[in-house]
Amino acid sequence: MALDSEHLLRDLAPQVLGALVHRFRDFAAAEDATQEALLAASLQWPRDGVPESPRGWLIQVAARRMTDYIRSEMARRQRETVAAQEMETVAGVEQHEDDSLMLLFMCCHPALTSSSAIALTLRAVGGLTTAEIASAFLVPESTMAQRISRAKQSIKASGEGFAPPSDGERSERLGAVLHVLYLIFNEGYSTSAGPHLQRLELSQEAIRLTRSVHALLPAHAEVAGLLSLMLLTDARRAARTGAHGELIPLDKQDRSLWNGAQIQEGIALLTATLPKGAIGPYQLQAAIAAVHDEAARAEDTDWPQILALYSLLARMSSDHPMVKLNYAIAAAMVHGPRKGLELLDALDSDGRLRGHHRLDAVRAHLLEMAGDRAGAIVHYRLAAGRTTSLPERDYLTTQAARLSSSWTMVTV
Amino acid sequence: MKYILMMNTMKAGHGVPEWPREDLQAHIAFMRSFLKELRESGELVSAEGLAFPDQAKLVRAAKDGTPITDGVFPEGKEFLAGYWIVDVDTPERAYAIAAQASAAPGPRREPLNMPIEVRQVMSGPPPEML
Repeated sequence: MALDSEHLLRDLAPQVLGALVHRFRDFAAAEDATQEALLAASLQWPRDGVPESPRGWLIQVAARRMTDYIRSEMARRQRETVAAQEMETVAGVEQHEDDSLMLLFMCCHPALTSSSAIALTLRAVGGLTTAEIASAFLVPESTMAQRISRAKQSIKASGEGFAPPSDGERSERLGAVLHVLYLIFNEGYSTSAGPHLQRLELSQEAIRLTRSVHALLPAHAEVAGLLSLMLLTDARRAARTGAHGELIPLDKQDRSLWNGAQIQEGIALLTATLPKGAIGPYQLQAAIAAVHDEAARAEDTDWPQILALYSLLARMSSDHPMVKLNYAIAAAMVHGPRKGLELLDALDSDGRLRGHHRLDAVRAHLLEMAGDRAGAIVHYRLAAGRTTSLPERDYLTTQAARLSSSWTMVTV
Repeated sequence: MKYILMMNTMKAGHGVPEWPREDLQAHIAFMRSFLKELRESGELVSAEGLAFPDQAKLVRAAKDGTPITDGVFPEGKEFLAGYWIVDVDTPERAYAIAAQASAAPGPRREPLNMPIEVRQVMSGPPPEML
C-alpha cells in the first residue's frame, strides 16, 4: 500500500506540475508547490486512504500553496485581484496532453549544464526528492538543493515560456531530452560507487521516464529506439558483475541470468519501430544490443551483422571516434585481430581519442587475440592508468596480471 | 565527474604564515567566500582544512601489527594543507576552480599562485567490457 501510493505519486508528479506551470507560468514556484503537495500526500494518504481523484487532490493542494505564494507576491506588488480569479479555476483545469512533455523540454533546456538538467528532470518529472537524487549521485543534499535551485533560476532567466517549441526547434529539444534520459540511464547502469541499490534505481528511473515519453510520443522512432536500447542493455545487468562487484565482460557472462522478458520487450519494440523509417542512432544501438542479446552463447554472436550496423552508425554519427572504436572491435571479430588493429592505428592518427583509456583497452584485447602477450600487457596497464572507473581499473589490472607470468604491483 | 583539489603548500616548522594581520585576514576572508561560492554553485562535495603538521605522524605497522610512529619531519617538506572535492561537468571547470584557489591573496594581497594538485576521483561509470 505504501509502495503503491509512492508509485502513484511519482507518476502524478509531472502531471500536477505540468498543470500548474501551464496555468501560472512560474516554473520555480510551481515546482515548490508541487513538492509540498506530494509531501502532504505521502503523509496523509497512507493514513486516510488514497482520495478518489488523486490527481485532482494534488492539484488542489498545490494550487492552494501557489495561491499563498502568489498572494504574498502580489501583496508586495499591490495587485491582488487578477491572480485570485486565476487560482479558483486551476483545480478544474483539464489535463493538457503535452504538459508533461513541456516540463521535460523545460528541464532539459539548452541553457542548463547536463548535471543540472539531470537533477531537475529527476525532481520535477521523476518526482524524486532532493535527498534521493543527492544520494544517487553521492553528493550532499545541500549541494543538490543548490544545483536544483540554480537550474530553476537559469530557466527563469532564459525567459522560456511554457509553450511548445517551434517545429524547427522541436526535434533538437527532443534530442536534448533523450540525451538527458540516456545519461541518467548510464549513471544507473554503473556499479562504480556507493550502495548498488541506489545506483540501480537511476537506470530504473530512466526506463520509467523514457516509457512515459514513449507513451506521449508513440510514433517517434528514436524515443522507441532509446527505450528499446535501455531495456536490452539493462536486461544483462544481473550477469554484468560478479559476487564481489567485479566486472564480467560480455563474452564471459552467464547468459541464463539475462532478463528474458525484458529482452523480448526490447526486441518487440524495436521490431515494431524499425520498419517505420527515420532510423536514428538510438535504434541502431538498440539493434546492436539486440544482436548480442539474441545469441545463446558468446560464440553464436552474429558479428557480421554487428559490423554492418556499426558501419551504418559510423556514417550517421559523422565518424564519431567511439563508434569507430566499436567498429574496429566488430571488424576484428569478423576479419581477425590484425584488421581491427589496423583500424586502431587509423584512430591513433585521427587524434581525438589520444590518451583515452578505451583505445588502450581495446588495443590490449586485440593484441591478446593476435597472440602478442607482451604488447597486450603494456596496453592493459596503460588503460588501467587512464580509466576513472574503479571496477574497470580492477578489471584491466587483473587482465594484465593474468597475462604476465610473475605478478607485479601496478602503480598508477 | 568528481575531482579532488589538493593544496600542498604547508611547510613543517612554519604553520601559520607570518604575514601582516591585514593580509592574513584578507586570505582567510577569501577562503571563506570561495567555499561559500562553491557551496552555492551546487558543486561542492566536501572540503576540509587539515591541522598544522607540527604534530603529524607517519605510521607503519610493525611485524606484529602494532603501530610504529615517526614524527619530526625535515623543514621544507610539503604537506597537504587542505582539499576540496567538487562535482563538475568538465575537467576544465575543475581547473578553473583550482586556479581560483591558487590565486588566493598572500602578502601585500598579491595572488599566491600556489600549486593546486587536481586529480579525478574514481567515480566514472564502467563501460560494457569486451
